[in-house]
Amino acid sequence: MSSPNIYQSCRKEDKEYHIPSGCGISGIMNRQGKVFSGEAIYHSICNMTERGNGLGSGFAAYGIYPEFKDCCCFHIMYETALAQQNTEEYLKKVFNLKHSEPIPTEKVTRLKFIPLLWRYFAQVKEEVLKTHQEKLSEEDFIMKCVMDINEKVSNAFVFSSGKNMGIFKGVGNPDEIGEFYRIPEYQGYIWTAHNRFPTNTVGWWGGAHPFGILDWSVVHNGEISSYGTNRHYLENFGYHCTLFTDTEVMTYLFDLLVRRHHLDFEVVGNILAAPFWSQIERIEDEQTREFLKTLRIIYGSALVNGPFAVIVANAKYMVGLNDRIKLRPLVAASKSDFLYIASEEAAIRKICPNADKVWMPKAGEPTIGKLGH
Amino acid sequence: MAKAKKLSEFRVERDEEKCIKCQVCVRMCANDVHTYDPETDTVRADSFKCVGCHFCEDLCPTAAITIEYNPTQTKENAHWKRESIYDIVKQARTGGILLTGMGNDQAYKNYFDHLVLNASQVTNPSIDPLREPMELRIHLGRKPDKIDCRLQMTEEGRKKYQIRTRIPPQLELEVPILFTAMSFGSISLNACKSLAKAACKFGTYWNTGEGGLHRDLYPYAHRAIVQVASGRFGVNEEYLERAAAIEIKIGQGAKPGIGGHLPGEKVSEEISHTRMIPIGTDALSPAPHHDIYSIEDLKQLIFALKEATRYTKPVGVKIAAVHNVAPIASGIVRAGADFVAIDGIRGGTGAAPTIIRNNVGIPIELAIAAVDQRLREEGIRNQVSLIAAGGFRSSADVTKGIALGADAVYIGTAALIALGCHVCQKCYTGKCNWGIATQDPYLTKRLNPEIGAEHAGNLLRAWSLEIKEMMGGMGINVIDSLRGNREQLRALGLNEVELRLLGLKHAGEAW
Repeated sequence: MSSPNIYQSCRKEDKEYHIPSGCGISGIMNRQGKVFSGEAIYHSICNMTERGNGLGSGFAAYGIYPEFKDCCCFHIMYETALAQQNTEEYLKKVFNLKHSEPIPTEKVTRLKFIPLLWRYFAQVKEEVLKTHQEKLSEEDFIMKCVMDINEKVSNAFVFSSGKNMGIFKGVGNPDEIGEFYRIPEYQGYIWTAHNRFPTNTVGWWGGAHPFGILDWSVVHNGEISSYGTNRHYLENFGYHCTLFTDTEVMTYLFDLLVRRHHLDFEVVGNILAAPFWSQIERIEDEQTREFLKTLRIIYGSALVNGPFAVIVANAKYMVGLNDRIKLRPLVAASKSDFLYIASEEAAIRKICPNADKVWMPKAGEPTIGKLGH
Repeated sequence: MAKAKKLSEFRVERDEEKCIKCQVCVRMCANDVHTYDPETDTVRADSFKCVGCHFCEDLCPTAAITIEYNPTQTKENAHWKRESIYDIVKQARTGGILLTGMGNDQAYKNYFDHLVLNASQVTNPSIDPLREPMELRIHLGRKPDKIDCRLQMTEEGRKKYQIRTRIPPQLELEVPILFTAMSFGSISLNACKSLAKAACKFGTYWNTGEGGLHRDLYPYAHRAIVQVASGRFGVNEEYLERAAAIEIKIGQGAKPGIGGHLPGEKVSEEISHTRMIPIGTDALSPAPHHDIYSIEDLKQLIFALKEATRYTKPVGVKIAAVHNVAPIASGIVRAGADFVAIDGIRGGTGAAPTIIRNNVGIPIELAIAAVDQRLREEGIRNQVSLIAAGGFRSSADVTKGIALGADAVYIGTAALIALGCHVCQKCYTGKCNWGIATQDPYLTKRLNPEIGAEHAGNLLRAWSLEIKEMMGGMGINVIDSLRGNREQLRALGLNEVELRLLGLKHAGEAW
């Protein structure tokens, strides 16, 4: 167990080796949708403490709120009581709140700057959706509300906003954050987790990962060198990146391509981590060659450049993807109905010592877990 | 009255000990600077006629000639500089508009020189372009917002996708640099040929300007962007058919708001054929297109050209960067243009009134940023390609231009320098010693199109290698990921308004 203080986390023996940088990610899915305890993901991510520096960790869980499965669940952090008051006023205007409560937590003395953490189970008021000028779908409307709160209500930040899922995160090591949120007590069918070594943004509870919008959650290890291009590209479609994190860009790209452009994950893989022109030219099948070329022409600005390994999930899928030259590690394994994806094999072996199959996904080739398959 | 002041900008120095009186300078100088006096067996120079092109200096077999600035100064005065005084003298004697050639030479703030690029350290590995793929290929043309495709399964059980979206015609470039519009007339046929050959060899495009397409350039027409400008010179069915793309020229950075004028004495038989006008008549391009008095008229012309070419070629529009450039560009996109070319205040010309060239328009850096941002706000940037032009001097300028938001860059002056140009700015005289901006057969034969093409091609090669190195340093291996990636730029010494307009952070600020 390492210390929450970054200045102490560089232990003496580390100095003889290279200082690890980047993040650790892990994901587990039961493809039949059977729920299992968060204990597995907790142990998996805790087996990669070397990949974080105590400045951020988090979990995303699917299937944990079956009693409210038709409600959108908001996990929201507040830094002041006023922020809570303002946000709840906003929510009550457009949502019917079925239930709200503080997110249950355990006292973990090493954690600092703990915000107020609440969850709300809500449904969009029908009349709001009907009278809204822009004729938005329910999902687009929820996304707009989340962006409104994050941008306009100071000191409030929405962690997650999907149905029957939630994101739990904060500034600390994965064991501390897992203990704090009592992760092993939840039962879900998809779990992802993140252990953070921030280099680019300050350690703020909202800046920890997973990042989520609607039922998307993204855990991400990498630094996107195409960030400016991707962010500008997304603005054409009404996405405004307010957090200045790479993961936010990644999440919106998945939302745009999968939810709004109706593309499947293989195609999305060919966009985000596009094959090289030279690879495309070598493909014998003309139709496939033309297809990949067309993708690159239309979606050139959606290509995510720079090193990344990412696990993205929604209610039906868990998908792992690497950048086009695989500059960050990603391992996958399967055992009966379970699919495992993680930064390191150790994170999988810890919880699944006898996997049926363990493999290294190729650069740009998505590893896809689909519910019911 | 005293003899009028006459500006001798240069001084021709001849080292008599080195001079062997071979008279190559006498024969070669189109400006008749050098003369030979057989009685005294001396070669003399009339410095007043020298334009500073350095041709004689380069040719002199014994390096006897040196061209240097004339140090003679008018009385020092921060406001009334030498140029102002001599310009007034010229105008007082002639009563005319002063002409010049090439791009703006005034000391306006050069934003490229206030921008620095990023490189990766530790958290993001830089990429070595000599060892890893590094892609510069781009496609110019209109793009749909999204792809519509249908999944099919092959007999072997593999997935295949059928595209159901119609993709408009695209220009494929192996390097994001094109040769800008320079007409046969403003430059020689050999200069056109040099650039056309280099463009074909390197997988990019050249631009005919409003000079028509000479039959000797037909072999390179598949890589030509042909212009339809206000004079409609050389525009016929074959011209459009042979081209790769069509560019409607509304304006030019060196002379926004005014037309063009090729004097009748330059309209030789060849130019007459190519431009479809009688020999010896002035070729006057009106300031506006007289069938375009508003944006809806432009739309009609765009679609008339698309109809004429059966929607098989991109049709773009070129404008000068002026104050309202962003809304104008937006209107052009909405009018159906497949690409928008924007020419900044430092854009070159074969001939323009000095006063216009030096004082009208805005720098291309600000124009790129404004247009890119405006199109994004309107949600249409991804649909269209943006070509920037006007004063790009190096691969760093190109890289910065793309990071600010351009898809590709037009180069003109840089390409001519590769062919020999020494930027003496006397293109409008038609006496270019380097055989570039002239139609005099005695001068044009000095430019060998084979060698010209090699030099222009070398420039493209060198710049693309340098761009790859810079991209690799940033951890980017495809040029698409640089487009509009202003995070990779930082500003040095710009004020807050400039930072806001360029959408940049100052150097020293992290992500």
